[in-house]
This record gives sequence, C-alpha cells and structure tokens, in this order.
Amino acid sequence: MIEVEQLTKEYAGQAAVRGVSFKVGRGEIVGFLGPNGAGKSTTMRILACYLPATSGRARVAGFDVFEQSLEVRRRLGYLPENVPIPAELRVDEYLSYRAALRGLSGNRARARVAAAKEQCALGDVGRRIIGQLSKGYRQRVGLADALLHEPDLLILDEPTIGLDPEQIAQVRDLIRSLGERHTVLLSTHILPEVEAVCSRVIIIHRGRIAAQGTPAELTEQAHAATHIRIEAKPPAGAVDAAALLAALPGVEAVERVTGGAGEWRHFELRAAAGMDPREEVFRLASARGWTLREVSRRQPSLEEVFVRIIHSGEGEVNRES
Amino acid sequence: MRPFLALIERELKALFYSPVAYVVLGAFFLLTGLNFYSVVSAFSRGPAGVTLVEAYFNTIVFWFALLPVFPLLTMRLYAEEFRLGTWELLQTAPVRDWQIVLAKFLGVFCFYLLLWIPTTLYFAVFQWVTREDAAQALGAYGGSFLLILLMGAFFLSLGALCSALTSSQIVAWVTSFAVIVAVFFTGFLGYVVPNISQNLRDIVAYFSTAEHMYEFTRGLIDTRPLVYYLSLTVLLQFLTFLVLQSRRWRR
Ligand SMILES: Nc1ncnc2c1ncn2[C@@H]1O[C@H](COP(=O)(O)OP(=O)(O)OP(=O)(O)O)[C@@H](O)[C@H]1O
Ligand SMILES: [Mg+2]
Repeated sequence: MIEVEQLTKEYAGQAAVRGVSFKVGRGEIVGFLGPNGAGKSTTMRILACYLPATSGRARVAGFDVFEQSLEVRRRLGYLPENVPIPAELRVDEYLSYRAALRGLSGNRARARVAAAKEQCALGDVGRRIIGQLSKGYRQRVGLADALLHEPDLLILDEPTIGLDPEQIAQVRDLIRSLGERHTVLLSTHILPEVEAVCSRVIIIHRGRIAAQGTPAELTEQAHAATHIRIEAKPPAGAVDAAALLAALPGVEAVERVTGGAGEWRHFELRAAAGMDPREEVFRLASARGWTLREVSRRQPSLEEVFVRIIHSGEGEVNRES
Repeated sequence: MRPFLALIERELKALFYSPVAYVVLGAFFLLTGLNFYSVVSAFSRGPAGVTLVEAYFNTIVFWFALLPVFPLLTMRLYAEEFRLGTWELLQTAPVRDWQIVLAKFLGVFCFYLLLWIPTTLYFAVFQWVTREDAAQALGAYGGSFLLILLMGAFFLSLGALCSALTSSQIVAWVTSFAVIVAVFFTGFLGYVVPNISQNLRDIVAYFSTAEHMYEFTRGLIDTRPLVYYLSLTVLLQFLTFLVLQSRRWRR
C-alpha cells in the first residue's frame, strides 16, 4: 500500500527526514514512533501529498505521491497534527462539505456523514460550531472527516492526543476495526498504544529509521536485556551470594541486591542476550541450601526497547531495508 | 462539479461567517448612500448638465469607498488558510488547484455583486421619483455596470494573488491595497507629471480606471478597457495558480 524509497526532506538546508525507506502492506496497522522532532509528521505530510520530498520516492497504492497526487488523495484519509479544521462551521456543515469535496452527494453523502459521526461518537454535537468544541471533540471531527469516503489508506498523525481515556479506548478499537478493511499508518508517543493496536512499528529518530518490526521482533533486535528476579534466603554465614550468581553461565551482571545474610534477599540479574539462566539459579540454590521464594523472568517492555534504540545512536540497530 | 460547487459555497460561508463581510457591506452602503445623497442634493439646487449615473460614479467619495473594499474582501482568501493550517486539509483533498483558485475567486466575486444592490435601487428610486432618466441611455447604464464588474474582477484577482503570497492577512491587505492604489493613480500621471507629451498622456489614459469610468458612464463604451481588465484578470488568476503550484513543487 505504501512504498517509500530513500525519502529525504530538507527544510531550508536542514534535513528533517534522511533517506527513509519502508513498506506498508495492505491491511496493516503500522505505528510510527519517535521522539519529538524525529520527522514523523514530515514523512506523513509527504505521503499525504502535502509536502514535496527533497529527494526519494513515495508511492501509495502504486501511485506516486508527487506525480499522481490526485489519485493518491482520492484513496487517502488524512488527519493532520493539531487538526486544523475551520472554526466557524458547524460539525454537520463541515462534514457535508468534506463529503462533497470527495465527490459524494445526495443520500450517499448523508449516509456516510452519519456513519462517520457514529463511528467517532459525534452524534450529539452535529449542530455545534467547531470552534466552540473541546479539543477532544475537534480531534474526533477530524477523524470522522478522514473516514468519510472510506479510504484505502488512513494516515493519522497522533490520533488519540487530547482524548479522554474512554475515548482513547474507543478510538483504538475503531482503528483496530478499520484495520480489517483499510491500511492505517499512525504516529504516536504513547507506547502502550502501539502495543495495543499496531501490527508493526517503525521507530524513527533524527530523520532515520532506527528500527522496525513487530513489537516482539524489536525486543529481540534491540538486544534489550531480559531480567531475572530472585527472592531467596541464603543460610546465615553463607559466602557472598551475589558473587555466586554473577558467576553463573548466562548471567551478565547482578544489578541490584537488597538485604543481608540470613534474611530474605532480592537479586536482580541481567541475562546475556538469548540466555535464560533460571535453571542455573535453581541448581545453585539447591546446592547451597538457599530457600527460594521467587525466580521470575521479566521481558523488556517496548518502552525500554524504545529508549535503548533511541540512545544507541543513530540507526545502529537496524539497517536492513 | 460537486466538489467545485462545494468549494464556492464554503468560500461564501467563510465570508458571511466573518464580521469583516458585514462591516464592509455596512460601510460601503453607508458611503455610497452618502454619495447618492450629495449628488442628488446637488441636482436639486439646479440643472447639473450631467446624468445621475455620470455624477454618482465619478466622485471622490465613490472611489474612496470602493478601493479599500477589494483588499478587505480578498485578504483572507489564502492567507488565513495558510495561517490556520486549514490549507493542509484542502491540499490533501482530491481537488485540483485550479478548482480552488477559481472557486475562491467566484465566491468573493459573488459577494462583490451584493455590494451593488443598493446602487441599482438608488437609480430605480431616482427614476421613479423624478420621472427622469438616471442615465443618458440604456447603454450608459449597462456599460457602467459592466465596467464595475470587470474592473472588480481585476482588482479582486490582484487581491487574491497578494493573499496567496503571504500567511498574514494584514500583509495581504497592505500589499494589495498599495498595488490597487498604484494602478488606480497611474491613470492620473498625465495630470501630475509636468511637460508630458500628449502621446504619452493618451497612452496613460488608456490604463486609467477613473478615465474608463468617466467614458463608460457617459455611454461611450470602448472594448479596449474591457479586454484590458478581462485579460489581466485571467493572467492574475493564472499567476495565483502558479503560486499555489509552486508550494507543491518547492523541495
Ligand atoms: N515548516 C518547517 N520548517 C522548518 N523546519 C521544520 C518545519 N516543519 C518541521 N521542521 C523540522 O523538521 C524536524 C521534524 O519535524 P516533525 O514535525 O516531522 O517531527 P515529529 O516527529 O512529527 O515531532 P513531534 O513528535 O513533535 O510531532 C524538526 O526538527 C522540525 O523542527
Ligand atoms: Mg509530529
């Protein structure tokens, strides 16, 4: 659905996007993730035919965003950052106008406006003036607008920003259900959101793709450490338990220790990449006569993966594609 | 066609939902009313030797009332959309740039037509009350309004172009007003500059809007000014289109 090759965008000589390439297949829900100023909105604006790229190519549904922009725009629903919609119109007025711009008319237009309002829970604000709506409602009007013509591709720049928790949940459900028939590219800062709705994540940092894949793949790619948490009571007078643990195969480091000899102690181990030292821990404990209360493994969260990728420098983790 | 009509409707709504439109209508009606009153009261003091249409369209008050209206109507056309970012949603909708340019122009032109409703009423009332003709012939009537329309189209196009070049309405107003006033006063160069040759004076007069108005209200309808305004309107619309296109091309 989207093919981007070596996309670069410079603003007055300053590169905002540098040689970005990725693909999004039909029916995928892809999340764009990255810190402020990473170039997410810039990339989305290029894909939405609003900004021309400095170099590189982008195609949507097989059409070039620059040369066949009208074809692309017909197939596209776009929610820009900050939702710039005219303040003086009423919600119904605005949505019918936008439907008309997409060439919908008569009953079909009315039906689509009603359906989009329903999807975005806008039923009771149709007569309200947009400028007087709260931010969350304006956001929903923008979203309804993007859905009006049932586009093949939805590009949503921070779709849940400013919504209340209930609405966030509803919009996520909506996006998930849209994913059954549409392709969705969304940007967000909210990591749980990505895990909740996206089938794939593209992490972009300083205008470059730092990593991409499913959340699980990313965890692996990032070599983010698995942590082992142990709660044990070594017998009084035992030799240094932490040193013994650190010497186990597959353990990279003992990161945190609490308590002293003869009482319940917590240890936190960082496992070497791809290793699971829990069995070793158990054998050590039984050999030394420790009482064990907990041996658990904690997978790194996407948060940690994200932070790790961002701080590992520019695009070192993944250079494929 | 449907998207195009929607664009025009949206433009008219944007005008009517803004206070600027009402202030402009109110001020223009007031000033042209005053103009009408002063012309008619001059008539009542004795035979004037000119017709009402001639007198009405050629006063200083008339031009003072009319010239600032063009930039006031056009300043928000593009500048406001750029400033508010609504341009982004318009540019990513499946409409062509020439449709936007034409729709914006037609929207503001429709509004411009409204400005002339009171004037036609004044003339009708005058004829009804005094049982005199307001103009020498039907041609002077039609000619005057034809000129109003074409000159309006030209000045509105100038304003639209200035608006497309900035994201500040104030800047758009100032630049378009300056250009409009400059164009208007070019026609008076012949009277201002000393020792100007007669030939040059005649050439300058060809471009003088005030001169055109003077001729047309007397029923001397010349096709050259009509062609002049029409072709400049087309040229300016095209330039506006190019300015918008360049936003898409600028890498
Ligand atoms: N119109 C512009 N002119 C100049 N520089 C710009 C412009 N728009 C964006 N930039 C710069 O381009 C870079 C990328 O901006 P972009 O808006 O794409 O970031 P983002 O990933 O969307 O960030 P955020 O999470 O804050 O929305 C930033 O450094 C920004 O300052
Ligand atoms: Mg952004």
